[in-house]
Amino acid sequence: MRNSIFMKELSIYKEQNLDFGRLFDHLGKLNGHEPDFMKQTRKKASKAFLREGLPGRKDEDYKHLLIDKLFERDYKYRFLKEIVHFDINHLFKCDIPNLNTHLITLLNGFYHGEADQLIELPSGIRYGSMQAASKEMPHILEKHYSKYAGFGKDSFVDLNTSLARDGVFIYVPKNTVFNKPIQIVNLILSDKELLIQPRNLIVLEENTSFNLVVCDHALTMKYSLGNSVTESYVAQNAKYDFTLLQNEHNNASLINHHFIHQEKNSRVETNTLSLHAGLIRNNHFVTLNGEGAENYANGLYLMDKDQYIDNWVYMDHAKPNCKSEQLYKGVMDGQSKGVFSGRILVRKDSQATEAYQRNNNILLTDDAKMNSKPQLEIYADDVKCSHGATVGQIDEEAMFYLRSRGISKKEASLMMMYGFTNDVIRRIRIDSLRERIEELVYKRLKGELARCDNCGYLNM
Amino acid sequence: MLIINNLHAEISGKEILKGISLKIKPGEVHAIMGPNGSGKSTLASVLAGRDMVNVTAGEVIFEGRNLLDLSPEERSHAGIFLGFQYPVEIPGVSMVNFMKTAINEIRKAKELDPLSPSDFLKLMREKKSLVEIDSGLTSRSVNEGFSGGEKKKNEIFQMAMLEPKLAILDETDSGLDIDALRVVANGVNKLKTPENASIIITHYQRLLDYIVPDFVHVLYKGRIVKSSGKELALELEEKGYDWIKKELEQI
Ligand SMILES: Nc1ncnc2c1ncn2[C@@H]1O[C@H](COP(=O)(O)OP(=O)(O)OP(=O)(O)O)[C@@H](O)[C@H]1O
Ligand SMILES: [Mg+2]
Repeated sequence: MRNSIFMKELSIYKEQNLDFGRLFDHLGKLNGHEPDFMKQTRKKASKAFLREGLPGRKDEDYKHLLIDKLFERDYKYRFLKEIVHFDINHLFKCDIPNLNTHLITLLNGFYHGEADQLIELPSGIRYGSMQAASKEMPHILEKHYSKYAGFGKDSFVDLNTSLARDGVFIYVPKNTVFNKPIQIVNLILSDKELLIQPRNLIVLEENTSFNLVVCDHALTMKYSLGNSVTESYVAQNAKYDFTLLQNEHNNASLINHHFIHQEKNSRVETNTLSLHAGLIRNNHFVTLNGEGAENYANGLYLMDKDQYIDNWVYMDHAKPNCKSEQLYKGVMDGQSKGVFSGRILVRKDSQATEAYQRNNNILLTDDAKMNSKPQLEIYADDVKCSHGATVGQIDEEAMFYLRSRGISKKEASLMMMYGFTNDVIRRIRIDSLRERIEELVYKRLKGELARCDNCGYLNM
Repeated sequence: MLIINNLHAEISGKEILKGISLKIKPGEVHAIMGPNGSGKSTLASVLAGRDMVNVTAGEVIFEGRNLLDLSPEERSHAGIFLGFQYPVEIPGVSMVNFMKTAINEIRKAKELDPLSPSDFLKLMREKKSLVEIDSGLTSRSVNEGFSGGEKKKNEIFQMAMLEPKLAILDETDSGLDIDALRVVANGVNKLKTPENASIIITHYQRLLDYIVPDFVHVLYKGRIVKSSGKELALELEEKGYDWIKKELEQI
């Protein structure tokens, strides 16, 4: 009897099937040491998830994404970190010249390295595993954790909130200006087909400046499904630059949520670069919650074959005098399909709002498809707002112009696509990163596999 | 150098060029004038290889080769240059990269090595001063946000860079102020050698004050209806096209 209970407990340490009801049951046995608010948060989220279930075809927000297909694979889930007997940092090294970053690695969604304690940099920044944060800075965690992601808004988010066990926590204390970026690399390395659910929280206190680079990267060709949630809190007068590089392979599916909460006079710029994966869904939620806040959301996606990209941007102008700009551009090749859905909400009292949105697409084949839908909900009257979407082919006039100067058709189309993407790439402010991404995009447009040879990580 | 023989061409089923014949020898300057819509740009397009224009009869021989068999880029490699009536804006493609690629592709076709970066920059500098083009323009995207006149100057700059054998300038003088007109004309004259030739499409005699043509042709309803020396341009400036139309009716 005793023995069998023991066996059962032990099984929790192994990969679990995706039987959600059972997964939630297991959780109770594992979260004993977690702070109370964390337990409550999980409870609320799992309730919401069990009520709603995974989004279905009738779900307007997930209409185009084939959820059933996504879960066709028999994904496994792990509650606990797998013990690996090697140091990833010795196996791989990022080779971007001069990209001088603090490197954080997540392995299959778990913080890799010293997970028990937060690291404190000389500037005062503290970072480390979510588990360490729940022990060392529970008050900060309690103040922000799940406060922006909420409950019952999106089943994938609820799933993450209920089950996520680890991720990255970064705390930038008041008046810290930190120029060196921190880089998070999400590595997948497993012989199993895994569901991976990192959960990150980034807190920028007042008058700070901070730069974060996140790379999604798989080291094996195994199927995987990522369902990650990042919450970023950006206090008054804080500046936050965030770059996400999604460069995986066709067997990788990524569902990624980023909730950005901005206070007065803060400025946030994000670059979401989707270069390679079988399926990508990016939910990008921004709340401009203080006057004078500015948000610039840029995105670039290059899709090919049967790949699928789905970018959702929600721009909530909750306070007056804020400004937002969305710029998403994509090149769609093969039979790839894409959705861009950009929602701008200007609340009733949010006067003197400026909100702009642009989504431009080039379809390289007749089979590639792009569905671009702006959604504007404007309840204030003093609003400057514009949106524009284009879905087109390569400009024939420009093509003839270039060819008449001796440039071959192939080279000309490459030049134009590259020029098209440059609008987004030039906004990346870290020079070495921008140069590497330019290189990757160029390779990708040429139809080559855009990977760095000696860097397993970043492959950036 | 160039022989056009009984050329017929149509655009989406409508015949625009109705039997054009023209011979151009090295060193010559030919002006083509004619009312709006008569087919001047269409002729230029056929020579440069725009596939929207469909050649239905006739031939074009350039230095012994059948020009119509070549792709636009091959024509450029062979030494044909078209100065566009409406230069195209290409966002995100820098002038420098554009010119570097063009020059090196042409060199590649001639089995020459690419220009070294320093030689390329030297060439850019030299040609920029030749056509008096604002330095700022070449550090921008191709034609993006250029004024009408700047776009035309940029065409001449590209011509100077690529050193074609046969340049076809389609209304390069339209929209230019007097100084720019002089600069453009100077550019063309300085690039003139006994080996190369040009076709200047224009509506105005004033350009021909600077670039003196050996022949002036009038294109009307898809045909060359009159060819003469440079004095024809003066006559057209004075009297318009009505007298030519009348002459035609009498025949
Ligand atoms: N893309 C097109 N589709 C249909 N018709 C066209 C097209 N391009 C030109 N045409 C027609 O062909 C005829 C000749 O046009 P073209 O541009 O060659 O005239 P042009 O002599 O250069 O005139 P302009 O002096 O106004 O520049 C015109 O009737 C024009 O409407
Ligand atoms: Mg014309």
